Amino acid sequence: MDLFITLLKAFVVGGLICCVGQALLMHTQLTSARILVLFVVSGVVLTALGLYKPLVDFAGAGATVPLLGFGYSLAMGAMQGARSDGLLGAVTGGLVRTAAGIASAVIFGLAASLIFKPHAKR
Amino acid sequence: MNNDKKTAEHRRYDRMVKAMTPGSDDLHGYIRAFWVGGLICAIGQVLSLFGEKVLGLPEGSDGMFTSIALIFLGVLLTGLGVYDDIGRYAGAGSIVPITGFANSMAAPAIEFRREGLVLGVGAKLFTVAGPVLVYGLSASIAAGVAWWLIGGMA
Repeated sequence: MDLFITLLKAFVVGGLICCVGQALLMHTQLTSARILVLFVVSGVVLTALGLYKPLVDFAGAGATVPLLGFGYSLAMGAMQGARSDGLLGAVTGGLVRTAAGIASAVIFGLAASLIFKPHAKR
Repeated sequence: MNNDKKTAEHRRYDRMVKAMTPGSDDLHGYIRAFWVGGLICAIGQVLSLFGEKVLGLPEGSDGMFTSIALIFLGVLLTGLGVYDDIGRYAGAGSIVPITGFANSMAAPAIEFRREGLVLGVGAKLFTVAGPVLVYGLSASIAAGVAWWLIGGMA
C-alpha cells in the first residue's frame, strides 16, 4: 500500500508538472528548447528560494524526473558545495551533482548516433 | 477583390489545418501530457526504489542511478524511432521529463551523423543541451555564490 501511494504521488505530481509544460506549448510561442531552458532555470530559482525541496520530499521522482528536478540538482549541488568548500564549491557543486546525468547523456547519445540510422520524418 | 478571395481561402485553410492537427483539442492535450509524463515519473520512482532497496545504493546515488537509467531508455527509444511517436502523442509529457532531455541530445546527433563526427554528432548533441547547461549552470553558480555570501554573513 505504501508503495502504491509513493507511485501515485510521483505519477500525479510529475503529470501536473508536464501539464504546465503543455500549457506553455499550446498557449505560447515557446519552442520545446526554450521550455526546457525555462524549466531548468525555474528549478534552480525555486530550489534556491527553498520552495522546491518540500515538493521533492513529497513526490520523489515526480519532482526530480521533470527538468525542474535537473535545476533542483544543480542548485542543491551548488549550495551544498558553498557550505562545505566555500566559493570554489559554489562554482563546482552544480556540475558535480549532475555529472552522472550529463556524462551518461553524452556517451549514450554518441553511441546512439553511431548505431542507429536516422528515421524518416512522418 | 483578389485580396478578399485570398483571405477567405486562408481562413478555410486555417480551419483545415486546425482540424487535421493531432492533439489540437486542449483537454486531450493536457490528459495525454499528464498520463504519459506521470507514467515516466512513476517509472523513475520504481527505478529509484529498485536502486535503493535491491541494489542497496547509498542515499543520493539512487537518484543518479535513476537519471542514468531513464536517459538510457530515452536515448534507446529515440534511436529506435519510438520516442518521436510518443512525442507526437504526448506533447510536453515527453519533453519535460529527463527522457525528453536525452531525446533532445540523441535525436539531432543521429540525424546529423552524415555531417561528420565533429560538427555533425559532436556539435548537434548540444543543440538543446548547450543552452540548458549554459543557463542552468550559470543560475546554479549564482545560487551557490549567494548562499556562500549569506553563509559568510551569518
